[in-house]
Amino acid sequence: MRALVWHGKEDIRCDTVSDPEIEDGRDAIIKVTSCAICGSDLHLFHNFIPAMLPGDVMGHETMGEVVEAGRGLNGKVKKGDRVVVPFTIVCGECDQCKRGYFSVCQRSNRKKHLADKVFGHTTAGLFGYTHLTGGYPGGQAEYLRVPFADTTVQKVPEGIPDEKLLFLSDIFPTGWQAAVQADIQPTDTVAIWGCGPVGQMSIRSAILLGAEQVVAIDCLPERLEMAEAAGAITINFETENVVERLNELTGGEGPEKCIDCIGMESHVSPTMPDTVYDRAKQILLAESDRPHVLREMIYVCRPGGLISIPGVYGGLVDKIPMGAAMNKGLTFRMGQTHVQRWTADLLRRIEEEQIDPSFVITHEAPLDKGPEMYRTFRDKQDSCIKVVLKP
Amino acid sequence: MTNISSIASLSNITRSEGDPKVLRSGPSSRGVPDSLAKGLGWFSLGLGLTELLAPRSITRALGMEGKEALVRVYGAREIGSGILSLSVDKNLGLWSRVAGDGLDIATVLTALREDNPKRGNAVVALALLIGITAVDLMDAQASTARHSRSVGRKRSYRDRSGFPRGVQASRGAARDFKTPPDLRHAPPLASVSKRTSAA
Repeated sequence: MRALVWHGKEDIRCDTVSDPEIEDGRDAIIKVTSCAICGSDLHLFHNFIPAMLPGDVMGHETMGEVVEAGRGLNGKVKKGDRVVVPFTIVCGECDQCKRGYFSVCQRSNRKKHLADKVFGHTTAGLFGYTHLTGGYPGGQAEYLRVPFADTTVQKVPEGIPDEKLLFLSDIFPTGWQAAVQADIQPTDTVAIWGCGPVGQMSIRSAILLGAEQVVAIDCLPERLEMAEAAGAITINFETENVVERLNELTGGEGPEKCIDCIGMESHVSPTMPDTVYDRAKQILLAESDRPHVLREMIYVCRPGGLISIPGVYGGLVDKIPMGAAMNKGLTFRMGQTHVQRWTADLLRRIEEEQIDPSFVITHEAPLDKGPEMYRTFRDKQDSCIKVVLKP
Repeated sequence: MTNISSIASLSNITRSEGDPKVLRSGPSSRGVPDSLAKGLGWFSLGLGLTELLAPRSITRALGMEGKEALVRVYGAREIGSGILSLSVDKNLGLWSRVAGDGLDIATVLTALREDNPKRGNAVVALALLIGITAVDLMDAQASTARHSRSVGRKRSYRDRSGFPRGVQASRGAARDFKTPPDLRHAPPLASVSKRTSAA
């Protein structure tokens, strides 16, 4: 089959690889009908997250049809089922899964010993996202093996196009969890840094959950336009002072809820000297992540407020103003998304037309154009915000 | 199609039996300017280290004795350019190489004086520098053009609300959602105010 394979920094290729095979009774093989490139794939593209190996198949936003089901699935997932594959692989049986903390499933990371060493304790296995999270081949491919398929996949009905359902695999639940864990109240101002795909989903989730005002922060006109289309107030950080503007919008008190949809690769600009400092340290391998957004959020957030972090951080950050965070009594909530906790409810909301997540797709291409699309997406060319690939 | 790289092949030992393994490799997302930038980056590192660690052999070869400190500074500069050229900010690295080439040329020109017994070496060095400057300049231009954000169309997304029922009707449309107890935060302002006024 064909698959997008990581060969090194900025080196993704559409390779011919062997087909995946059932290894365990709870495995299923999916024929991929649609997959997408995620912003967090770019962290791997840039080799900022350790433990990728040449030959790793990329991708963690995938849907398709079950073509082979392991015997242990006992008919819970069967041939012909149409499924969305969340990026988190979950056993459904461990204590964390029973709590609904699926992204820290204790059993699905088959390279648990690595995660134990690096994180202290293992987290869930993830598709196409380094050997720290299991080294599972990803879904930017014609076929995908799904371990623990009965508890991992979300079955979806026929008759709804892939484009509306695909993002149940990651960015929609991720944006939703970012807003839900902020516990949005009708009086809240929610400030969202980053209007990429997860940012766009967070904006819409915050609107649906009834925030008084949603403020979206970015520097790319097309992304700000898309944010505005959903009713967000926008701040272009290249032309406006974010802190001043947020204080102005909140009567000088700062937003109650701040959401970081940027993560480890914040924009670098001489007008924000800390970002140049972070980039220099990152190049010298003295720091792995650029936490400008975290610093700004801690500074501007209202005392007693909450900081929600769906953006991916990979390792070590520097100069975090913990004094301000501690004295202001801020609450931090973060983590990979517990996708399976939200998918059934979000599927209902799509069916009821509360939201149509396909709004975010700006580019569709066949799988073999994947390497080119990685570059287009990374360089933000052609007003690209979200790429869907068709194997 | 190219053959599978040896590293990709070696990494197969970490994969389980049912995992896909690379059979044939396709074209890379990395273009010629990117690969050249990588090569120039490693070249910079090599040259920079030589300048830093063995400046005397360079000054002696060019008849520029006494300029060892300057060569060391150039070595540090070269290492900086190399690191940048190998990073995702390769354009910055390539342009810093072009600027560095200018400095190198200006410095070697001073060694072309008639009384320099190593003038011949200086001429060869200058020719090499001019050649490498041309390569640096071409690659810097090609890489900048390849990765420029201005490639492609400028599109408008003003009509992409994502709310089939419209923005106004969607505000608070998911209020039926009950925040799970483990994700609740501070009480809403309204309930605090009520309690305060009741007291």
